[in-house]
Amino acid sequence: MGISFTSINQTKLSTGEVYCETLCELAEENPRIVALTADLGQSSKIGEFMKKFPDRFYQFGIAEQNMYGAAAGMAKAGLIPFTSSFAIFTSCRALDQVHTDICYQRANVKMISSHAGTSFGQAGTTHHSTEDIAIMRSMANLVVIVPADGMETANVVRAAVEYDGPVYIRINRGFDQLVYKDLDYGFEIGKAVQLAEGTDVTIIACGSGVFQAVQASAELDAVGIKARVLNMHTIKPIDKDAILKACRDTRRIITVEDHNVIGGLGGAVAEVLAESGMSCAFRRLGLQDCFSPIGYHEDLMAIHGIDTNGIVKSVHDLLKLDFEDDDDWEDEV
Amino acid sequence: MPLTKEELLAIEAMTHEHRRTIVETTLCAGSGHIGGALSMIDVTTLLYSRFMRIDPENPDWEDRDRFILSKGHAGIGFVAILADLGYIDRKDLETFNLTGSNLGIHLDANKVPGVDASTGSLGHGLSIALGTALAAKQLGKEYRTFCLLGDGECQEGSIWEAAMAIAHFNPPNLVTLVDRNHAQIDGMTEDVMPLEPFADKWRAFGFHTVTVDGHDFDAMNDAIREALHRKDMPTCIILDTCKGKGVGFCEGDYRWHYGGITQEMGEEAMRDLDAYYAKRVAAIEQRGE
Repeated sequence: MGISFTSINQTKLSTGEVYCETLCELAEENPRIVALTADLGQSSKIGEFMKKFPDRFYQFGIAEQNMYGAAAGMAKAGLIPFTSSFAIFTSCRALDQVHTDICYQRANVKMISSHAGTSFGQAGTTHHSTEDIAIMRSMANLVVIVPADGMETANVVRAAVEYDGPVYIRINRGFDQLVYKDLDYGFEIGKAVQLAEGTDVTIIACGSGVFQAVQASAELDAVGIKARVLNMHTIKPIDKDAILKACRDTRRIITVEDHNVIGGLGGAVAEVLAESGMSCAFRRLGLQDCFSPIGYHEDLMAIHGIDTNGIVKSVHDLLKLDFEDDDDWEDEV
Repeated sequence: MPLTKEELLAIEAMTHEHRRTIVETTLCAGSGHIGGALSMIDVTTLLYSRFMRIDPENPDWEDRDRFILSKGHAGIGFVAILADLGYIDRKDLETFNLTGSNLGIHLDANKVPGVDASTGSLGHGLSIALGTALAAKQLGKEYRTFCLLGDGECQEGSIWEAAMAIAHFNPPNLVTLVDRNHAQIDGMTEDVMPLEPFADKWRAFGFHTVTVDGHDFDAMNDAIREALHRKDMPTCIILDTCKGKGVGFCEGDYRWHYGGITQEMGEEAMRDLDAYYAKRVAAIEQRGE
């Protein structure tokens, strides 16, 4: 199943539109793909699918619980439903249906959840979704993916069709800054992508944090600090090997996410580190257990210290912590 | 068309066995949702004996009819039918609710053959049934979907989200049934949170709505047949039932939504069921053809 998405598309399409275009291409080949929305067809950019496949598009109105329950029924009968809603509604409003009808039953539903994090910052805190990674990560049977940009979203949508089981795909509102030039960087569910090499510190990021991490790494490089960047697009199952390698190689780790630091990417990485028995200097960047104020996404990222400047500052803070250079972990715990 | 005397006698015998199995299983488990299982067992037995196109040898058959037990707590009644049909081993009923068993209060569709949806959190089944019925149309299949709701769960807003959508999409071959036994955990529905005028609500949401005696096989048979033929709008069949039907100390008492029974109570329940069955058979015999 191929997709013809190019970097040219990415510069003119929002991430939501990339999702829709990709889904349309995949739907041409796979008649089992259907699209569902709950009065967010325009906002989530799935409208084009409706035009191309009117018989495979289902408008549920403002009734998310019913949409997710119906999606489970469709999946159990053999369809591959892609639901489009806002992340806050998937993870909070309709969570009982997502939990019981989709995750528990292992229904083959792909939940595209947009306007995630603080990306719909101006809409106000009722529309921010800064707990969804933590919530969805705790759902057994569920794969949780946070693509870094439109290109990665295209890869994720394709991978989600090929994967048999429920998938939560967390995307932002509008355009994302470009991390990837093309599709061919070896995207694989559960495998982190290394975007910069480094031995002084590792920045593990997801979603909109990835571009900022890459920028921060370049700035740090200019002052002689080698920061490794890992795009941890899959939050579950998390790439333990990449985290432990980062711990061994750099012994300093910073996580970056547009999400509460409790239970999200930072929480997932912390669990891997704690269970490994190894210690390292560690910081979780994100919302420090607070609701976000209202504002533009880029401003909010600065406020929460998950923009380039915030990451650079945190790296400098972390580098002040002294670690021995030997491989004897016993005396450092 | 009314059921023949032989058909009626056959279904009465079947339902009687299922009622006895409910009591036996409750005794093994120590407790169970006996009231709601006894109120829904008549319609569910009727569906499985006269309407459901299924193949217990091939539980995942894509073209099978689907039954979504939205009032998932009545699983202790549903397993009696599944065991009767051979989906599960009758001996497994003795493990109901016990650690390590595949059979729990709310049946797991991924573990119990013949169960089309894992339900239990109330207010979910009708949406799942809607999706199942929409998929039939999408995939060009002719299977039917029957969804059995509890009346208490119609206090959930999601039921009315689903109802609105069913009237809008009007997917083919979806029949909604409500076990209107008038009782829920904390009391009678009209005391806890009134549902009436219940039928009017379904009508207002766009359903052809009929109310029938949920212990009258002829009436239910006719209503389901009519619902399957009706294409212009969806049908909701409200089954006027009695919680705990057939067991004297349970009948009409909301406190038997869930309860434990002793061996002595179990024996009393069996005597009641035998007497109830004998009375039903006598009525059929008297009625003639």
